[in-house]
Amino acid sequence: MKTSSIPDTSTTTVSEPVVATGNEPAVTESVVLLSGNEAIARGAVEAGVLVAVGYPGTPSTEILESIADRNDIDVRWSPNEKVALDVALGASLGGVRALATMKHVGLNVAADTFMTAAYTGVGAGLVIVSADDPGMHSSQNEQDNRAYARMAGVPMLEPSNSAEAKQCTVLAFEISEEFDTPVLIRTTTRVSHNRGIVELGTRAEHPVKGFAPDPAKYVMVPGYARGRRPVLLDRLRRLADRSEVSPLTVESGVGSEFGVVTSGIAYHYVREVLPEARILKLGMTYPLPIERIRAFSESVGRLFVVEELDPIMENDIKAAGIAAEGKSFFPQIGELSPDVVRRGFVAAGVLIDQPGTHPDPAPPTVARPPLMCPGCPHTPPFLALKRLGAVVTGDIGCYTLAALSPLAAMDTCLAMGSSIGMAVGMAASGGAGKPVVATIGDSTFMHGGIQGLADAVYSQANITVIILDNGTTAMTGGQEHPGTGVTLQGATTTAVDLVGLCTALGVTHIKVVDPYDLAATYNAIEAATAHVGPAVVITNRPCVEAPMKVRDRPYAVISDACTACQACMAAGCPSIIWSDETYEGRRKVIIDSATCTGCTLCAQLCPPLAIVPVPLIASPVEVAGV
Amino acid sequence: MSDNTSGLVLAGVGGQGVVMASMIVADALVRAGHDVKQSEVHGMAQRGGSVFSHIRWGPQVDSPLVPVGTASVLASFEWAEAIRWVPYVRVGGVVIADVRTIVPPGACADRRSWTTRYPEIDPSLLLDRRLKARLIDAAATATALGNVRAANSVILGSVAAFVDVEQSHWEASIERLVPRGTVDVNLAAFRAGLEVAEAPTPAPAPEHRGFSGPHQIDIRQEWCKGCDICSRVCPEYCLEVGSDASLNVSNPDACTGCRLCELLCPDFAISISAPRQTAHVGAFNEPGEIEDESD
Ligand SMILES: Cc1ncc(C[n+]2csc(CCOP(=O)(O)OP(=O)(O)O)c2C)c(N)n1
Repeated sequence: MKTSSIPDTSTTTVSEPVVATGNEPAVTESVVLLSGNEAIARGAVEAGVLVAVGYPGTPSTEILESIADRNDIDVRWSPNEKVALDVALGASLGGVRALATMKHVGLNVAADTFMTAAYTGVGAGLVIVSADDPGMHSSQNEQDNRAYARMAGVPMLEPSNSAEAKQCTVLAFEISEEFDTPVLIRTTTRVSHNRGIVELGTRAEHPVKGFAPDPAKYVMVPGYARGRRPVLLDRLRRLADRSEVSPLTVESGVGSEFGVVTSGIAYHYVREVLPEARILKLGMTYPLPIERIRAFSESVGRLFVVEELDPIMENDIKAAGIAAEGKSFFPQIGELSPDVVRRGFVAAGVLIDQPGTHPDPAPPTVARPPLMCPGCPHTPPFLALKRLGAVVTGDIGCYTLAALSPLAAMDTCLAMGSSIGMAVGMAASGGAGKPVVATIGDSTFMHGGIQGLADAVYSQANITVIILDNGTTAMTGGQEHPGTGVTLQGATTTAVDLVGLCTALGVTHIKVVDPYDLAATYNAIEAATAHVGPAVVITNRPCVEAPMKVRDRPYAVISDACTACQACMAAGCPSIIWSDETYEGRRKVIIDSATCTGCTLCAQLCPPLAIVPVPLIASPVEVAGV
Repeated sequence: MSDNTSGLVLAGVGGQGVVMASMIVADALVRAGHDVKQSEVHGMAQRGGSVFSHIRWGPQVDSPLVPVGTASVLASFEWAEAIRWVPYVRVGGVVIADVRTIVPPGACADRRSWTTRYPEIDPSLLLDRRLKARLIDAAATATALGNVRAANSVILGSVAAFVDVEQSHWEASIERLVPRGTVDVNLAAFRAGLEVAEAPTPAPAPEHRGFSGPHQIDIRQEWCKGCDICSRVCPEYCLEVGSDASLNVSNPDACTGCRLCELLCPDFAISISAPRQTAHVGAFNEPGEIEDESD
């Protein structure tokens, strides 16, 4: 505000801010700054949604979380995405507008319902949000879910910013009801996690329509499904006509040398790089407005298609006999960015590279990969597994970080729930040469692990399954699930009992262990691997970050007693780093008491017993307390 | 590129409050009448990883991403992150770097040289790049004001000194977004940040001589009964008990000479000796030999 070189462009006066009431960062009463996810949720609110359901997964999670405090919407987590879509479809048939949210790989899980929901159509509006993750910021793959719209024959809208995210959501519900079809909204990390200005509207009320039984529409036995197939194709033809006049299509720019067809975040990158260029921005990207594109292409010399990931629009456009260029200049791998788009247009010969825009690389700095937190209850079982020398089929969650050094104790990680089935197969192969152990988080077990365990029982597989029950879905920020006894909206409910569930499935060797007791954890896992047939070990310490921060008296190193053996560092705890003091030329260690949770793991690992609790008298808690 | 769009990058480590701070910046910019876009990455990065947020503003903003080499301000809540993100700053731009250090355990992995891979606090790493650098110690300033947890507001104050937005907008945004009950201390911290003094450059860490090679592990097989204690305690996984209960040195180069195995062996079957000074000299003194775990 003083010594700035930034020009003063503040001309608008903003009225007095209202006191914040919810999660929305209100800047004025009706103009707010929202993330793409919050804007989708807001759109659902304004569209009069009554049931919103999903399973957490980055970058989709905050859609439901941002409206969880509303008492006029039933907002829920399901155990997995298929159940979520089933719930949403059921609600829609019951006659209320329903929203289902998931990350891109979640739609794989829900795909079975998704494909046939395109046949049944809906009762009241049904909108499914798929949040894709090009560049794999937090995902195991970067599949392009725009392909699902085409495979299922479901119309798809793609917002490019927060304002459009809200607009698309409201429109999606209208399309859903007008055309009697589920509608897919596809976002990406950069749309979901980008905040932008949104103008708020009011919530529409849609009374519950009630269920109208119609077996020929809702009972998809072959005889009835055959009747729905032509309905689906006819609907797609009508949707294609609607796409031609979609209010989401925006044409801008001048010139006839070349034009660009684009959608989603790529639109903003193109405008960043070529602010004046002719651009046809699409919001409804399935079915494509082919005639609109054809007319646009006829008004320009060259037609470029700029889209993240696969050449999906490009292929459709070429298949319609329109000449277009795309993936030969813009990569199919990873995220686009203004820099990447610029390079593509330079390669295409429509932009001249400006020399001197490439700054020096950063000086060398330290790698900072994600880590298990200090006090993470997942660490001890993996220390034990490393010592045991097992083949570990892993799964997806915070514990997947055990695959990284120094634990380096996980051999596979594919898709949620895969650990158990893969362990069954690994044991069946006879090729492991070591005990086979599946490790799976509690949320992941509820999501897709139960059937795997049923198979282990069914096939009497010689495997151990470690259920890492930290009482939350930690990786995605600490969401409730059917095992936690609490709902997304904070109500207390019945928790699924893991031991009872495993017993009912027919597992005879089940051991619950406190992972903060390293010896007991080791012994429990060793005994389980010795058991013939499927065995289950359940670790039962809560996550140290959610739902509550767990902080016990921190530990410290008695420097004079430390022999610098580094045994404690084998746990990879972020609170333990090297000291400047040495012993026989090796570095001693210190513990950061500000981040230590007092889990005692390092003290259990320390051979000379040099790690002890910080003395009572020095504890700030004790000093400040009464 | 739209020349009237400005960019700012905030960087830090998961858990430091980068996302909240950037929401305050974005909120203040909206109050000042700008179009604003703010982009961050959630998920894996929050688990102690590097966290960053891009903020762009102007009459009309397209890309939410700040192109490399164009940010007018980089504010880093942690020293190594300032180094990581400095290429985003334009020539003549400003870097506000907190001298707070958060050393990841991976920086303490090279047990041959015993040198950490954490970059030294050396202002020239930034200043060599034709930009203005301001090293601050926000935690010290906030502690002096009575609450270390207001440190991020000190950093915001330092940012505000270089961004053309009325002080009242900043303060309205802070009031709305910080936890209730901490408004006053955060406002005080913000105002202190406007004028915050340059942090003194800390003295460089002492050099570590390390040692010149792996230690020698000698096993008296005739005294060893294969009980497995040594192999379980070895922090470097140097020892392995075979299926015939014989003890083998499976990873001799990794021995750091901690002598845990020697000390804990109930049968005195292991002895560790220091490396001969001629062996491997240099080869193991090279810092930074270990491989990156990320990117
Ligand atoms: C099909 C699918 N849905 C959602 C996700 C996102 N996701 C990654 S890990 C995870 C849950 C992890 O919870 P849990 O198994 O309890 O382990 P924790 O992180 O608590 O250790 C989720 C939801 C995903 N990768 N795949």
